[in-house]
This record gives sequence, C-alpha cells and structure tokens, in this order.
Amino acid sequence: MHMADALVAPAVAGTMYVLSTAAAGVSVNEVRKESNPEKIPVMGVMGAFVFATQMLNFTIPGTGSSGHLCGGMMLSALLGPYAGFLTMIGVLLVQCLLFADGGLLALGCNVWNMAFYGCFVGALLIWKPIMKKGASRAKIALASILGCVLTLQLGAFSVTLETLASGVTELPFSVFLATMQPIHLAIGFVEGLITTAVLIFVHEARPELLWGIGEASEKKEGKLSFKNTIIAVAVAAAICGGVVSLFASAFPDGLEWSMEQVAGTTELEAEGGAYDTAAGIQETTSLLPDYAFKNSESAAGTSFSGIVGSLVVVVVTVGACYLFKFFKKNEAD
Amino acid sequence: MNKLHPMGKLLVCVIYIFVVASFDKYAIDKLLVMAIFPIFGFIVGDLSLKEGLYRMRLILPLVLFVGIFNPFFDRRELFSVLIAGYQLPVTGGVVSMLTLMLKGLFSVLSAYILIATTSIEEICYALRILHIPKIIVIVIMLIYRYFGLMGAEADRITTAYMLRAPKQKGIHYRAWGSLVGQWLLRSMDRAGVVYESMTLRGFKGDFKVKRKSLKSADFLYPFIWILLFVYIRHFY
Repeated sequence: MHMADALVAPAVAGTMYVLSTAAAGVSVNEVRKESNPEKIPVMGVMGAFVFATQMLNFTIPGTGSSGHLCGGMMLSALLGPYAGFLTMIGVLLVQCLLFADGGLLALGCNVWNMAFYGCFVGALLIWKPIMKKGASRAKIALASILGCVLTLQLGAFSVTLETLASGVTELPFSVFLATMQPIHLAIGFVEGLITTAVLIFVHEARPELLWGIGEASEKKEGKLSFKNTIIAVAVAAAICGGVVSLFASAFPDGLEWSMEQVAGTTELEAEGGAYDTAAGIQETTSLLPDYAFKNSESAAGTSFSGIVGSLVVVVVTVGACYLFKFFKKNEAD
Repeated sequence: MNKLHPMGKLLVCVIYIFVVASFDKYAIDKLLVMAIFPIFGFIVGDLSLKEGLYRMRLILPLVLFVGIFNPFFDRRELFSVLIAGYQLPVTGGVVSMLTLMLKGLFSVLSAYILIATTSIEEICYALRILHIPKIIVIVIMLIYRYFGLMGAEADRITTAYMLRAPKQKGIHYRAWGSLVGQWLLRSMDRAGVVYESMTLRGFKGDFKVKRKSLKSADFLYPFIWILLFVYIRHFY
C-alpha cells in the first residue's frame, strides 16, 4: 500500500499534502483539547507496535501474494481517530526515513491512503456507531473486519487514482483497479481477523483502553446470542434472496462480461465425453436452472430461487458449524 | 556531511526528490544527470551503496508492477540504438519504465543519504524549525525510542512461548491474538513507567535539542545544490 516517490507527480503529491495537512491540523487541535499528557507514551508505544507489525508480512491464501497490517483501525480503536491519525503520521514518516518504505514526497498520499481512511472513516463511521451501546466480542469482530476491509479498499482505490493522475503508468484504469482491489480485499480481511484477535484480548484484559465504547452493555450481550444471530442471518438472507434478487442486474457479471468481450459468448461451448456427462448430471440435478423454474421465465421463479438458495446456504452453514462443534467437542474429550 | 545543519540536509533531500519526480516520463537523459547528488552523497558521506540499494526492496514491487506494463501499452518508437551492428528500436514504454525505475532509485538513495548522515533527533529538530506541531515530533521520537522496547518485549514473549511449547514450529494461530495483545499491554505498561520516570526528570512535553550554530558550509550546501537542481531541471 505504501506509495513510492517515483509513482507520484509533484502536483498530485502537493494536493495530497494539503489534504493530509488539513486532517493533521484538525487532529492536533483535538488532541490539544483533550490535554491528556499520559496519552503521549501510549501513542509512542502504539506507533512502535504498528511499525513493528507492518514489517511482518502474512501470506494471502490462494493468491501467491503477501500483505502486511495497515494498522489504522487498531490505532483508532485504542487511541481514537485524532491521536491515532497523528501516530500513523509518525509511523509513516519513520518508515520512509528509516526503511525507504514510502517516501518523503509521497508522504501526503500515504498519510491519506493509510491513516485518513483507517483512522477517520474506520473510527468515526464504523467503530464508533457499532460500539455506541457497548462492546462485545461479536461487535469488535464486526467493526474490525468491516473497518479493515472498507478502509483498505478505499486506500487501494486512492493509490490507483493517485498513480493514474500522476501519469507514470500506461496501465488502463480498469486493469489497474481490477488488480489492486481484490488483493486488498484479501489483505483487509486477514488484517480484520488479526485486529479482532488483538482487540478482543485487550477488551477482556483492559476494556478501559478501548476508545469510543459506550455504556457497558454486558447484559445486552445476550441479544447477539448464537440462536439470535442465526435467525437474523436467515431473515436477512431470505429478504435478500426473495426481494433484492428481483432487482438483480440483467447484465452479465464481470467474468461473463469479460468472456463475452473475448469469445463473443458468455457460455463457452465444450465438446467431449466428460463435458457431456457433466452437463447431463447438471441438467438432471439442477432444480432451478438459471435462477428460475424449469421452462418458465416468471419473476416468482427468480424470487423463489433466491429464497431457496439462501435457505440452502444457511442450512449447509449451520450444519457445517454443528459438525465442526461436534468434532471439536470429541477432540476435547 | 554529518556535521552539516540538519535543516539544510532535509531541504536538499526534499527538493531533490521533488525535482526528480517532476521530470517527464521520457526525459531519461536529464534524469540521468540528477545522479550527481547520490554519487556525491555516497562518496563524500562514505556510505555503503549496497546498503542503499538494499532499501529499494520495499518499494521495488509496486514500482515494478506499475512500470513493467509500459512497454506493452506504449509501443511508439522514440529512437534506436546500435548494438553489435543491429539497430534496436527503443519504444516510449521502455523509456518511461526506465525513467520510473530511476526516479524510484534516486529518491530512495537521497532519503538514505539524509538518514545515514543525520540522526533522528536532528531530523526532529529540523521539523520543529519547519513548525511541524510539537505533538507529531514527540510521537516520531517516541516511536523511534520505543521500537527497541517493543523488540525486547517481543523477544521475551516469544522465548517464553518457545520454552512452553518445545519442538513446535512457529506460533500456533490460536495464540496469535493473546500473544500480540499481551505484547502490546506489556509494552504499554513499560512505556507508562518510562514516561513517569521522564516526567520525574523534568520532561514537560518537549525534547530539548542543543541548538546548532550555523557555519558558512550550512548555507553553501543547500544553496549550491538547489541552484544545480534548478539548472538541470530548466536549462540543461
């Protein structure tokens, strides 16, 4: 995610410096208002912590690639958006000076891409609303994963825009975007999991260290019990499958679109014994081919397919969870 | 070079990177002349080129990814070179890719020259002269100082883990959350203790850096280099 000086044109760098400086100005004022000198060593330690964790790359399963933590979400969950933002500036500056990760010219871009989204968007739009009525394991997991995925997506999108605006690459926008976004989706998810693990531990050991936690709502934790969660997910899936599917785009999806552009069709023809056998099995077993009743094009068929599909997914997931629980229990015994 | 005023060195480094980045994607000839600054820095500063090039490893993947496709998309022939009797055409894509690589190399080397000849305290001092808010500068210094503390804590925790889990390869994923969380909490406690002792010794939220007296070389160094950069950029 760190942009290098070579990738940024001075005009783009200047613009991003102005934006980042404005955000830094707001943060400095807010931290001054807080007037909490004890927060300073925590900012230093958290900065060093994020600095250290950014040096450790984790493997992204199935991609042959690796990524490292961004840390914005974790910082803002522990320090708040303003102190977290200033700490990230420190981390990025030390990184570019000591390790040549990033650059002095690209610092404004990196602060925006990694600190602004992680600390402001992540903390104020995701963490704070979710934690408004107190924290729980499920809420921390939801806020961390959602926050990391979303802020990294925004960051990756900004990297693409800044690089293209700088005019250093001949890569088409769509190709660049299609490369950047999916890999950062995976990185964001893994970062979300790691952030969840750390924050849940901190919440259990020292809940007072977490920022933006509303009135303690341990009693309300029952609201997010296993059963309630399953019911909520089932209802949401049924609504999505039954109602939202009616408005599903009639256009081919991304992959089908690409195939249509290249091969002129969305379904490639294949001949041969194995293909014919597999197609025959699929024809016989598919209850709702192309998300509709057989030999029918009614909207009810699409709706019904959505609900049935969702139910099947829910049943399979719940079954898998219980199986997992069963085997785990046996293993423990 | 180590004795020069940090403000001058920081200014030269930032302006150099700014000028390097401002070159057109095909202006490889002018860009090559900009190599004089890193060459000067490495020779006069007695720095290791190997160490400087090693720092490229972090930014190289993204720069490579961004530049590597240029030869495929920009096939316009700019000029040709004679190699072993053959006229080899050089396309715009190849030139822009090489320009991008050179920009990356030069900016990394110049930042290395700055950090290798200037301590972090001196850079923070220069940042304060530039009116960077005190809180940001203190956080930078603390990050730098606590980094060692974090490393020592991590070492202690992993050693304890290894002793409890002999013959196990790496750290089990189930222990990652508690291990990293424990690492963080222990470091925070240590940082609190360090901060208390700093306060007891008179720390009032600002680091006192000994003011450096200015010599003629402190003015000449940035003046000559900035003049040269402007000349290469506009008149060369």
